[in-house]
Amino acid sequence: MRIRGRIWKFGDDIDTDAIIPARYLNTSDPEALARHCMEDADPSFAARMAPGDIILAGKNFGCGSSREHAPIAIKGARVGLVVAASFARIFYRNAFNIGLPILESAPAAAEIREGDEVEVDIETGVITDHTTRKTYQAKPIPAFMRELLAAGGLVAYVRRRTQPAGG
Amino acid sequence: MPMTISEKILAARCGRPQVNPGELVEVRLDFAFANDITAPLAIRVFREAGGERVFDPERVAMIPDHFVPNKDIPSAMQTREMREFALAQGLPHYFEVGRMGIEHVLLPEQGLVLPGDVIIGADSHTCTYGALGAFATGVGSTDLGAALVTGTTWFRVPESIRFLYHGEPEAWVGGKDLILYTIGRIGVDGARYKAMEFAGPLIERLPMSDRFTISNMAVEAGAKVGIIAPDEVTDAYVRGRARRGYTFYRSDADAIYEAVHTWDLSGLEPQVACPHRPDNVRGVSELREVRIDQSVIGSCTNGRLEDLRTAAEILRGRKVAPHVRCIIIPGSPEVFRHALAEGLIQIFVEAEAAVSTPTCGPCLGGYMGILAAGERAVSTTNRNFVGRMGHVASEVYLASPAVAAASAVCGRIAHPGDVAGR
Repeated sequence: MRIRGRIWKFGDDIDTDAIIPARYLNTSDPEALARHCMEDADPSFAARMAPGDIILAGKNFGCGSSREHAPIAIKGARVGLVVAASFARIFYRNAFNIGLPILESAPAAAEIREGDEVEVDIETGVITDHTTRKTYQAKPIPAFMRELLAAGGLVAYVRRRTQPAGG
Repeated sequence: MPMTISEKILAARCGRPQVNPGELVEVRLDFAFANDITAPLAIRVFREAGGERVFDPERVAMIPDHFVPNKDIPSAMQTREMREFALAQGLPHYFEVGRMGIEHVLLPEQGLVLPGDVIIGADSHTCTYGALGAFATGVGSTDLGAALVTGTTWFRVPESIRFLYHGEPEAWVGGKDLILYTIGRIGVDGARYKAMEFAGPLIERLPMSDRFTISNMAVEAGAKVGIIAPDEVTDAYVRGRARRGYTFYRSDADAIYEAVHTWDLSGLEPQVACPHRPDNVRGVSELREVRIDQSVIGSCTNGRLEDLRTAAEILRGRKVAPHVRCIIIPGSPEVFRHALAEGLIQIFVEAEAAVSTPTCGPCLGGYMGILAAGERAVSTTNRNFVGRMGHVASEVYLASPAVAAASAVCGRIAHPGDVAGR
């Protein structure tokens, strides 16, 4: 899968309260959450971004709360993927579990600029900045996470085990 | 091969003699739970994954604590979804308002989470139970929903980092100050994906309440777990509460750590995390000019009886400063009952503090103490991110119950010694 979009750049340690503030956690509806995506980091983000755009961030993206509403808000806003220097661990699991593509690349996070036009091949992890004509190789996705993705997420993975073929 | 306590617990629960950092293991869960914010999503996942009955009703809890007693109609709808699921599944550990406590205060108190357990909760502060010598960590709703079906989950075995504390800190320094100091030293991602292991003479002499506070904030350094080897203090706490058997594990003397930090905390003063990150930590005496509008004492970090006793020691016979709202929230009905019996609630009310039924409310800017633009709070909670307790232009300073109570009296950030002797 290839994703092409404009870069929205954020800093280090973007916490889940910034991604989706707790005042909106009285719902888990993706569209309702999407309207407030990234609100406390950039209040204009949800209104200005276009589907397929890419969030680029520094280290430890998604730190803080375990709220799955954070990746749901990003996916609900139809962000194409998140590239960060690194991810906080609960956010990392949650993103794979709900099928939000994420990739880790510290050089891409450092060098790619706000507004650049970037294309990403999720399978190979190749990140191409069409504005600067530079490419980056993201860290490979761990084998088990690839297996989860191939199964169609954690729900499908568990379903396959609880409901054996023919049963 | 030698192993750390975290490795031993994971090995026991995946039926192997040895596990090594970096390996993926599938483990049997001893306990799993969710709250009113995370349960509705988990319940939907449970159904989508083909779940009919939870893997073991005795090992599952549903706790409406975040926006409960419900703050608005949508939160009431979420709680209703959780309540109906708990009833339909016949879950014995659903805690209704009045019996409900903040999950991480309540579950250890009820003897439902125990030493040697592997525990997941759909809440990041699930790492609190590391204080009991359990491998406990927060997950999202999908992981939790899937685990309710299978009774298992997967982990990457974390590398361990050991923290050894010794020396003689100042009076009024406790678990909150130790963990704030630690996060200040290593940063908010200083233990990302790792197991933090807290040890040394200073830890050994801490009561369980302070140990829970320390383990609770391990996630604020990015850690997967924050574990403390169980000892006689743990044993005294667990005995009489435990609803099932439990096991004490300890790290081998020659276990392999990614790093060992040995810190002499002699003369350490009470610590405060300044806006807007838990690692922006300074000594309280540097902050005496900071005027406050609100002081919050409670939460899964500091809502235990010992925390309220400390607050009462400072508030006894004094008044909250006229321009300050002091909000005190016992973490569970048991904490509340003891606080009543000991006269602590009387002290708080006489001091003109507001006392609430247990809730997470203000900690995450839910309700019960939202800050307006430009307002500033001292809080015994665990996060001070932008907008965490209200408006994006408000500020939260994280501190111990002693500092929060002294600050409430002074109307500015205060050293407990400014107000009371110890």
